[in-house]
This record gives sequence, C-alpha cells and structure tokens, in this order.
Amino acid sequence: MAEFRLPKNSRITTGKTWPNPEGATNVRKFQIYRWNPDDGKNPRVDTYFVDMDKCGPMVLDALIKIKNEIDPTLTFRRSCREGICGSCAMNIDGINTLACIYGLDEIKGDVKIYPLPHMPVVKDLIPDLNHFYAQHASIMPWLETKTNRPAKEWKQSIEDRKKLDGLYECVMCASCSTSCPSYWWNSDRYLGPAALLHAYRWIIDSRDEATGERLDDLEDPFKLYRCHTIMNCAKTCPKGLNPAKAIAEIKKMMVERHV
Amino acid sequence: MRYLTDRKRAEGRGAAHAGTEHHWYMQVSAVGLALIIPVFLYVFGRALGSGYDEVIATFSRPFPAILTALVLVFGMQHFAKGAQMMIEDYFRKSTKKILIMSVIILGYGITAVGLFALAKIAL
Repeated sequence: MAEFRLPKNSRITTGKTWPNPEGATNVRKFQIYRWNPDDGKNPRVDTYFVDMDKCGPMVLDALIKIKNEIDPTLTFRRSCREGICGSCAMNIDGINTLACIYGLDEIKGDVKIYPLPHMPVVKDLIPDLNHFYAQHASIMPWLETKTNRPAKEWKQSIEDRKKLDGLYECVMCASCSTSCPSYWWNSDRYLGPAALLHAYRWIIDSRDEATGERLDDLEDPFKLYRCHTIMNCAKTCPKGLNPAKAIAEIKKMMVERHV
Repeated sequence: MRYLTDRKRAEGRGAAHAGTEHHWYMQVSAVGLALIIPVFLYVFGRALGSGYDEVIATFSRPFPAILTALVLVFGMQHFAKGAQMMIEDYFRKSTKKILIMSVIILGYGITAVGLFALAKIAL
C-alpha cells in the first residue's frame, strides 16, 4: 500500500532557533528544513531571523544571506538566479517553485521552506533527482529521424514551430512532478508531468520521425494513464506552463490511433 | 538493495501497450452516464414515496425499465473500472490483484441482482 506517513527516521523535529540580528528593526522569520545524512538524526526545522532592510527581494536572496551571514552549513542548489536553470526548486510557503523568482512579498507571515515533497533528500533542501532525470532520458528527449540528414537543416514552418511554445520553456525543475499525488504514490512507474510534457514536445515536433514509437513507449496504464488531471502541475509550474494539457494531448493522440 | 542503474529503474519492464481502451471507455461511459443519470434520477425521484403498485407500474413501462437497465449495466461497469484505477494508485502486489478482482465481481454482482429484480418487475 502507498505510504501516507513519513518513516520514523524521517519525521521532522524542532531544531535550533538562531538569534535575532542585532539592531535590526525589519526582521522576518524563516523556518527551514534541515537534514544531515552524516549525523544520524531526524530532520529538523531551524528558525532564522533575517534583517529585511539588508536583504534582496527574492526567497533565494534570503537563503544566500542566511548561508553567508548566519549559518554556512545550510545547503541548497542554486545557479542562474533568474529562473532559467531550475536548480533552486523547493517547497516555499506550501508551493513548489523556484526560490530565485519567488518574491518574499508574495508570502504572508513566516517563510517556511522545505525540499521538494516526496523525494529522497540528499541534504537540507537538496532532493535526489536521479530517478527524475532518468525518466526524462527514457522518453528520448532528442530529435529522432530516419530520413537522410538534409544538406543544410531540418526545416520547420512557422506554424509548426509555434506548436512547441509552452513546451520547450520547461527547465526541468521538478516542481510539477513533485506536486503531483499520482507521482508521489507511483513515481517508480508513472513518468510524471515533466517527463510527459517533454515527451509531448518531441511527439508534436514536425521534424521528428519517431512519433509512432514514442506513442508506443508511452502507452501504458502507469507510464501515462496515472495522470488523473489533478492539475497541481499546471498550478505550481514556476514558468507558467501546463503539463496537464500536454498529457491530455498525448491521451487524445492515443485515442485517435485506436478509434 | 539492488545495484540497478537509474535508467534501468526508470525503464522498468517497458510499456504494456495498454490503457487506451480503458481510458476511452471511461470517457465515453462518463458522457453517456452524464446524460442518462439525471433522467433516471427524475424517473426514480417521481416514483419515490409512491405506493407499491405505482412503483411496480412505473418500472414495468419500457422506458423506465430500459433506462434502469442501462444505468445498472454502464454505471456498474464505470464504477468497477474507476475503482480499479483507484486501487492501482494505492495498493501493491497481491492486495492490488485481490481488490481489483473483488471490485469487478462486486460490479457484476450488483448488475446481475439489479437486472434480475428489474426483470421480475418489468416482465
């Protein structure tokens, strides 16, 4: 049966409360999930106070400030700081999003930060995304052709290129897949919204010649049909994409092959 | 502990090449039921609270009897297939198989009992 409670050694305890910054008047409270695989202890939630007069506007700015000035052991992924790399995906204020483009002014009250839900944690806010990336690789995220390579380039009309809008922008941050209850319970077999959005991106590409094989590989009660149109993926996507619509389009193509 | 690569875990046993017929059946039956259930509820609601003879007379007429039969057959099929999806979501291994079989048997059972009762009334 699917597990609805965290295992005993994963249950969260109350952690350390760090002191208020001296002389600060505009202070904000941050509650951040911490777990160190080396100390053998349960995860905990540490409390930090950040002087907002000396902090940037985004959640990632606050995290970097905490790491630089309060607690250098706080661990998280980050790179581009502008929503392109997808590294800093985490659960902020109950929403899976990118810390670099999520404004602190969008959060009421204390700022609660956890790693992406229902994923194995490597350390603190870093989830293990190996399986997620392998699922992405399994849908063959590249152009598959059978015709001999043209002398110059594979041509595509403006109309066909437009079909890729809303798909190619995905940065593989895993916010959508980790917000999907179907993915929580069946991530071993269900590909999840991110991989399926990418699958559709290649299925719909006018230059790709492996449409049939791609659909064959997806036709499975678990790989594709675990999507129950819950729509958490579309609600949470920090890039404003709609993976649920892409999955519905794949299902439509499957039905059109049968009926 | 098994030393499998991430790719092998992700690929699993490949695709079953099934699921589309189940999905299509659920879509079609959902539309069909959305049309006939309100009519059935109207017919059933009108008969509710009436005397024994009146109810028997209502369900002896061809339209209410055929409508009830359709609701029983397609409603129970839809229920069984929907419940199967739910069971597949949350259960694993033998429990999953036993529950799926149980819910299919329950669906057929209710359909059979309902049709038998309807036949006794209508014929």
